[in-house]
Amino acid sequence: MPQIFHRSTNTLARLSIFGAIFVIGLLSWVGAEINRSSYVTQARVARRQPVPFSHRHHVGGIGIDCRYCHASVETSAVAGIPPTKTCMKCHSQIWADSPTLEPVRESFRSGKSLAWTRVHDLPDFVYFDHSIHVNKGVGCVTCHGRVDQMPLTWQENSLQMEWCLNCHRHPERYVRPRDKVFDMEWEPEEDPLALGLRLVRDYRIQRLDSCSTCHR
Amino acid sequence: MSSSRPTDLTALRAAAAEPGRAWRSLDELAGGEEMRELLEREFPAAAAEWIDAVSRRRFLELMGASLALAGLGGCTKQPEEKIVPYVQPAEDVVPGKPLFFASAFTLSGVATGVLVESHMGRPTKIEGNPSHPSSLGGTDPFTQASVLGFWDPDRAQTLTYLGRIRPWSAFVESIGASIAAQGAKRGGGLRVLTETVTSPTLARQLRELLEKYPAAKWHQYEPAGQNGARVGSRLAFGEFVDTQYRIPAARVLLSIDADFLACGPASLRYSRDFAAARRVEAGRAEMNRLYVVEPSPTNTGAMADHRLALRPSEVEAFTRLLASRLGVPIDAGDAAARLKAHERWIDVVTRDLQASRGASLVIAGETQPPAVHALAHAMNHYLENVGRTVVHTEPIEANPTDQLASIAELAGDMEAGRVDLLVIVGANPVFHAPADLEFAKRMQKVPVRVQLSLSDDETTPLCHWHVPEAHPLEAWSDARSFDGTATVLQPLIAPLYEGKSAHEVIAALAGDARASGYELVRETWRAQAPAGEEFDAFWRRSVHDGVVAGTALGPKAVSLRSGEFHRYAAAAAPRAESAGSLEVALRTDPTIYDGRFANNSWLQELPKPITQLTWDNAVLVGPETADRLGVTAGDVVELRAGGRSVEGPVWVLPGQAAGSATIHYGYGRRRSGRVGTGAGFDPLPLRTTQAQTFVSGVEVRKTERRYELACAQGHWSMEGRPLARSGTLGEFRENPDFAKHQGPPAPDRDLTLYPNYEYRGYAWGMAIDLNACVGCNACVVACQAENNIPVVGKEQVLRGREMHWIRLDRYFEGELDRPRVLFQPVPCMHCENAPCEPVCPVGATVHSHEGLNDMVYNRCVGTRYCQNNCPYKVRRFNFLLYSDWTTDSVKGVRNPDVTVRSRGVMEKCTYCVQRINAGKIQSEKEDRRVVDGEIRTACQQACPADAITFGDVNDRESRVAQLKGDPREYAILAELNTRPRTTYLARLRNPHPELAAIEGAGRTGEPARGERSRG
Repeated sequence: MPQIFHRSTNTLARLSIFGAIFVIGLLSWVGAEINRSSYVTQARVARRQPVPFSHRHHVGGIGIDCRYCHASVETSAVAGIPPTKTCMKCHSQIWADSPTLEPVRESFRSGKSLAWTRVHDLPDFVYFDHSIHVNKGVGCVTCHGRVDQMPLTWQENSLQMEWCLNCHRHPERYVRPRDKVFDMEWEPEEDPLALGLRLVRDYRIQRLDSCSTCHR
Repeated sequence: MSSSRPTDLTALRAAAAEPGRAWRSLDELAGGEEMRELLEREFPAAAAEWIDAVSRRRFLELMGASLALAGLGGCTKQPEEKIVPYVQPAEDVVPGKPLFFASAFTLSGVATGVLVESHMGRPTKIEGNPSHPSSLGGTDPFTQASVLGFWDPDRAQTLTYLGRIRPWSAFVESIGASIAAQGAKRGGGLRVLTETVTSPTLARQLRELLEKYPAAKWHQYEPAGQNGARVGSRLAFGEFVDTQYRIPAARVLLSIDADFLACGPASLRYSRDFAAARRVEAGRAEMNRLYVVEPSPTNTGAMADHRLALRPSEVEAFTRLLASRLGVPIDAGDAAARLKAHERWIDVVTRDLQASRGASLVIAGETQPPAVHALAHAMNHYLENVGRTVVHTEPIEANPTDQLASIAELAGDMEAGRVDLLVIVGANPVFHAPADLEFAKRMQKVPVRVQLSLSDDETTPLCHWHVPEAHPLEAWSDARSFDGTATVLQPLIAPLYEGKSAHEVIAALAGDARASGYELVRETWRAQAPAGEEFDAFWRRSVHDGVVAGTALGPKAVSLRSGEFHRYAAAAAPRAESAGSLEVALRTDPTIYDGRFANNSWLQELPKPITQLTWDNAVLVGPETADRLGVTAGDVVELRAGGRSVEGPVWVLPGQAAGSATIHYGYGRRRSGRVGTGAGFDPLPLRTTQAQTFVSGVEVRKTERRYELACAQGHWSMEGRPLARSGTLGEFRENPDFAKHQGPPAPDRDLTLYPNYEYRGYAWGMAIDLNACVGCNACVVACQAENNIPVVGKEQVLRGREMHWIRLDRYFEGELDRPRVLFQPVPCMHCENAPCEPVCPVGATVHSHEGLNDMVYNRCVGTRYCQNNCPYKVRRFNFLLYSDWTTDSVKGVRNPDVTVRSRGVMEKCTYCVQRINAGKIQSEKEDRRVVDGEIRTACQQACPADAITFGDVNDRESRVAQLKGDPREYAILAELNTRPRTTYLARLRNPHPELAAIEGAGRTGEPARGERSRG
């Protein structure tokens, strides 16, 4: 019986078998990269808002404290988005005629809330609590980035579980003194790791990586 | 019992009487095929398969399509979400933090103090108010489920006239004209029908209305209220008085068909007191003794040390006989002869009561006729209990009246054409009024009929005007609890629909249509502020606390009118039964009450404590009666009495008195809503003014039809292993750790391949005291409310797919015809060596550092291996999309701190991990450890008897750690080396030595015990 395939096909077969490993590997890598990309995570993508609110101006420029607007960040799971009244405390006096701020004034007049687009959106099966992080010395900047330099707000990090676990497994790399939590420009003056380890001890920070810490 | 095979009574009796055997159903005793299958397969045959109308081919198509898309699921971006902040910040509201408001839940007019949890203005959960005397922090299933009633999409939403939507102003105008026409007749044609009223404001308004229209009449009728007790007190004392019991002071208690631990306005308080009086710990080994006489097993009967099943008519004879033995000067008539078989029992009870003179207690049940109540009062009087274990007070009702006479008078007036305007406030008389009054027919002779009710019910289509009622969570009101303590009910939210409260409707009748409920209630209390205190301060304090200080009623001195009840009791002697007929007791349903909760799916799916039936009622008969009638469970029978008949399915219930049947009414609603309409059957056509709580001489005819009842008792069964353990007080004194030896011992802690994990921080654990648990089911509903647990419907319950995370197992033990009953709540055991964990292929169930067996929904792919491997059968699988994702109003009730699970996901008790996390976060922020008792699970918080204790077992001082060291403590299936964190404290009974000898005492200490231990 004559050979159907030429001898060189053997080489081809071997090549494709071993090549498949690389192809599958490549595809997995591409998949993982896509999944971590801003396309999926929306990290570093500025969102369109009903009013083009600038943290760079309000925080970086004027120097308003985070807690003036995000009032429940130290006490509650959610930091809180300010009610229209908070905006109007200043903007009834300054820029009171600005057309950009018309939606704010309209909301205040009509009693109908502004509908902001959520920038940091965790999946619904994740239960995150701002207050405990802030109380344990996790700075705003650590997760939210230099908000004081954002003209329109974006999400700085991927907010994926591997990112959360970086800190939950090694909190000493990320924590800062409690009085620096709201400081946008803080840099450690000593060895960051030594400081971190000391804070972890002083603040009794635990390595919480049980599933039910966040999922329930 | 679900099979249609004829019952072999002899075999069943022999099986039941096996020493030490606890059983859950007759099927289990009979050992049939179906039962084996349930045990071995966990789900009945084909329950796990897709056999719905959707064809196999279609299913494969769908599967193919979803597989093709499955890979893409992970790549989807999250949809954009909006954040909608307040315009003006709401006072005290911190987003993400719940607020609690004190209010009250009323049932049959009587208040139970509650704290309502509100998330951003949404009432989501109801807890008991610890400073309220009838709650003390506990709740019952009705209270727990009432929050779902608030979000019920089938509530009446608009004001209608003859079914057409009309504005409130049109109603006010029209009713104003009708009332004006009454002016000349001094209101002679005006009738107001209410349920029992304790509300001081409503009472004040109605009194003012009656002053304005002196010839008008205020009627009250409640199908399930305290009429027997009310009229009985008048019979005994010549005036209406209320009776309270001091359970802790009583050493010997006799309940005459009184389910005082699960029914009635003070049941929560009595459960707490009863459990406390029987708590055997820290060296205390004293218990009271409870005797119960009743036709049908109840929760109280299950807690009894001795229970005697008597036919309803015999209960009255028993009372007369006992009263005469105790020295009450009445003629017992033929009672002694009729109860000859129970001579010894009655003799012992008599002596035991007499021996505890001044520390005994006789309680008559609310379904008992006035004569029995009067005799109970007399017995307490002769036993010198008054002032010690029995306290009389002024009635808490605003206008106590014989409600049966009241509704009959109204029906008579309507028939005679004397009623021009009928205003029904909250009641549903067409469904509930005694059948012989023909209320629906007579009502139509009234020219103008108005109804105020929460939902469109049987009475609504017969009314011209229907005003949607404001739910107690959205209106101001007030009410009093069993001891008189008043609570101001405050709204948590503006009315969802156009609801009006009873106060606003009555004010409109009186001509003040603009009066607000708030002002009306404040007006009532304005005069009540204590001297020297400003009214506003008093008001704010009262509303905030949930109790108005100083409103509890003091004891009242009453004197017995012995001549009267003597005559009455003799007249009430019932006739004897003819063979072939039944006595049918009519009782409120343990889960949907008198039918008012029929549209509440949490309560519909809640297994009834004794029968474990869901979604249906049944004709409950004992095994012997079933055998005599030739019926088995599921056979539809026709019951005929007084020319009326009803048809319903039979359920065989061990412990039901021979020759009697019990039917829970409230089912068979014809207009209720998407949940309640059509569930069960309505036995009320049998109920007449003459036969309110039981009907004699009912003829039974077996039909050829069968009806499938969804009973949960065989589900999640753990075979005949010694799970629910009990002993007697005597055994406990001799051998305190008897329970540990009732089952195989746990293997040595170090008998393991892997090193033991050391729990250094918190180690959460739970102890459940079976001696305290009265089986009320509050924990099951509380868990459902807290953890967003869906209901699955009758079809799915039939397949064993109910989702409750905590189940209340009910075991029978002892003789088939008079079994003892045990309750055992079973949540997740949170085993330290959890068998479910190693079998999960995707790591969706893993252990936390604090010993919690975590369930990670987002990892779960639904293999159900964990469920298969759980020896306790506590894991629940979402076979279908059970959570309602489409009905908007139902979304309001969900707890935002817990995931709403979708289909294909396994779930189970988490020890309320959201509460644990909240407690830990709070303590960490305050830089301290969690204090014992700070974190309470939903089941623990709801439990009226304090049977459930949760806490840190690593903390030696914690209550749970102490209970774990109690000699009665045992773990179920400890022999599997699962090391469950949930453990139990064995149940104790305190039998009378003489009766124990004839009944066959507790299950332990018998010769065959060792044998069982080996099993």
